[in-house]
Amino acid sequence: MHNHSKKEDTKPAEGREIYFLKLFVTGASPNSIRAISNIKNICDSNLRDSYELEIIDVYQQPLMAEREQIIALPLLVKKHPLPERRLIGDLSDTEKVLKGLGIIDSEK
Amino acid sequence: MEKYNFPKTLTGIKGLDEITEGGIPQGRPTLICGGPGCGKTLMSIEFIVRGAVEYNEPGVIMAFEEKAEELEMNVASLGFDLKALRDNKMIKIDHVHIERSEIEETGEYDLDGLFIRLGYAIDSIGAKRVVLDTIENLFSGLNNQAILRSELRRLFHWLKEKGVTAVITGERGDNALTRQGLEEYVSDCVILLEHRVINQISTRLLRVVKYRGSVHGTNEYPFLIDKDGISVLPVTSLLLESEVSSERVSSGIPSLDKMLEGKGFYRGSSILVSGTAGTGKTSIAASFANQACLDKKRCVYMAFEESPKQIVRNMKSIGFDLDKHVSEGILEFHAFRPTLYGLEMHLVAIHKIIKRFKPQVVILDPITNLITVGSVSEVKAMLIRLIDFLQEEQITVMFTALTLNNIVNEQTDEGVSSLVDAWLLVRDIELNGERNRGLYIMKSRGMKHSNQVREFVISDEGLNLVDVYLGPEGVVVGSAREAQILSEETGKALHGHALSRKDREILRKKTVLEAQIANLRTEFESVEEELNKVYMEEELKKEILERNRQEMTKIRRGADGANEASDNSKQ
Repeated sequence: MHNHSKKEDTKPAEGREIYFLKLFVTGASPNSIRAISNIKNICDSNLRDSYELEIIDVYQQPLMAEREQIIALPLLVKKHPLPERRLIGDLSDTEKVLKGLGIIDSEK
Repeated sequence: MEKYNFPKTLTGIKGLDEITEGGIPQGRPTLICGGPGCGKTLMSIEFIVRGAVEYNEPGVIMAFEEKAEELEMNVASLGFDLKALRDNKMIKIDHVHIERSEIEETGEYDLDGLFIRLGYAIDSIGAKRVVLDTIENLFSGLNNQAILRSELRRLFHWLKEKGVTAVITGERGDNALTRQGLEEYVSDCVILLEHRVINQISTRLLRVVKYRGSVHGTNEYPFLIDKDGISVLPVTSLLLESEVSSERVSSGIPSLDKMLEGKGFYRGSSILVSGTAGTGKTSIAASFANQACLDKKRCVYMAFEESPKQIVRNMKSIGFDLDKHVSEGILEFHAFRPTLYGLEMHLVAIHKIIKRFKPQVVILDPITNLITVGSVSEVKAMLIRLIDFLQEEQITVMFTALTLNNIVNEQTDEGVSSLVDAWLLVRDIELNGERNRGLYIMKSRGMKHSNQVREFVISDEGLNLVDVYLGPEGVVVGSAREAQILSEETGKALHGHALSRKDREILRKKTVLEAQIANLRTEFESVEEELNKVYMEEELKKEILERNRQEMTKIRRGADGANEASDNSKQ
């Protein structure tokens, strides 16, 4: 479930690449719940259909924590498009999230 | 402390368990802090490795600085095979990589990821020991100090709940023990490591700053990192309670033994050999070592000046085959420059060697060089501890010391002369354009030693002491002694010769005189004869005269007889 590297899907749609995102959370902790709802809102309003989001509960897959170098949670990893970016926190700072994902230009 | 047994975990690090009286608090976090390069990481890893190897306690290393492979390589030089231990599931290394530039903070977060990772690592091998090295790296990777501080606090509590004995390392801060000033408060035990450079010589020092619920040594203890890991030196008891022996050990020089009641030094005593340059101190030391080895005693020779090969070569020239003892494994050389480490480090190093080799005789040649790394009082303090330690172990020790001053009374030889049990002094005696060596025993506790100065002779056959020659002009040594003996012998011969000549003279004179006497006697006889002759002639004349008269009378009587006779008598 965590390994959907559908490279073939990453063709441009409406002039935009498909975003492949992974969100690591810890069960139903307040931070996790907030992070899930925040990312969903951001993606729906900014990326519409050109994204794929995978939500992983680290409690269920503790091995993942070491493999993905996870320390702080919640953690959102943008796997595609490159470069890979890591955002930690409940994603409540929308502007930072958008900048971090490269949806809006970080220069502004 | 007997009644209340605080649960402790042995670290397995030499000396540290003595200082902490049994190790670090079991099931609680301990902080090891210090500046860069003081050995924090190494100490924490040794804690894990010793736990796995010696106490069968699996351990987790969470490395925030180095990768597992790097760690493996770094500690391989200390003989720790992390890879094998990892393969045996005794150790798990998890490298935590945080890069600030890759991370964007977008709101509230916690460090559950770290907890999950650590928890998983602990559970996967059933770890009893955990090391977090260096946790404050989190602070450089993440921005939100408030979250980090509270999460760190939570981590310490979590570790306690997990029941693992944790060691956390921390970089030393400016005014606090750690940069964040946090870890030291949440840890149950704090060990501070320091790396101090005095006179260009670095010394690593360890101090237990805090230990909840237990007594501990509070001093600074020097420690050493070498190929066997870390050794901390706890100061040995300075109570002067060590055992004493009345057994004797030979000095290897029979004539010197003779000066020491004919038996040599006491076992377990300390002997100082001091003297000016080139007086044969090392030779005496080598002789002592050689004798010890011949007596099948184990011996350690610590050289601070010459290399072992040099000593072996030099001693061969005076008949000591030290090489043989080395190959037999009863003699060990250890040569290091005094400047290699600080004094305390030397003490640690010497301790280590002695603990491992268990010698009966130890030689330090020369202690004077230690002065280059410390002051006289520091050297003295170090030697006190060393002598104390050696006495406890019943090891005979011989120090050599170079005296720069020829005036013995003013020279105290690093102030150790009062500490040692026996003190031999080798002196130059300069006379008639040559230098010779004189040896005497300044002191030797507990025996009636000789008070005489002996001439110390080094020859191909070894060392020997000869009685100095007391001539009419005082003590003579060396070739002057030989010359004196020779000249006396010549004198004797000449004297003898002179005597016999005089005897003959007398004899001759006697003969002459006797001849003269005989002559005189003959003369006297002839004179006497002459005189006698005159006298006899007179007598004869008188007699004849008388006779003639009587004849005459007789003739006359023919006429008138008696009248004429009476007339004659009247006339």
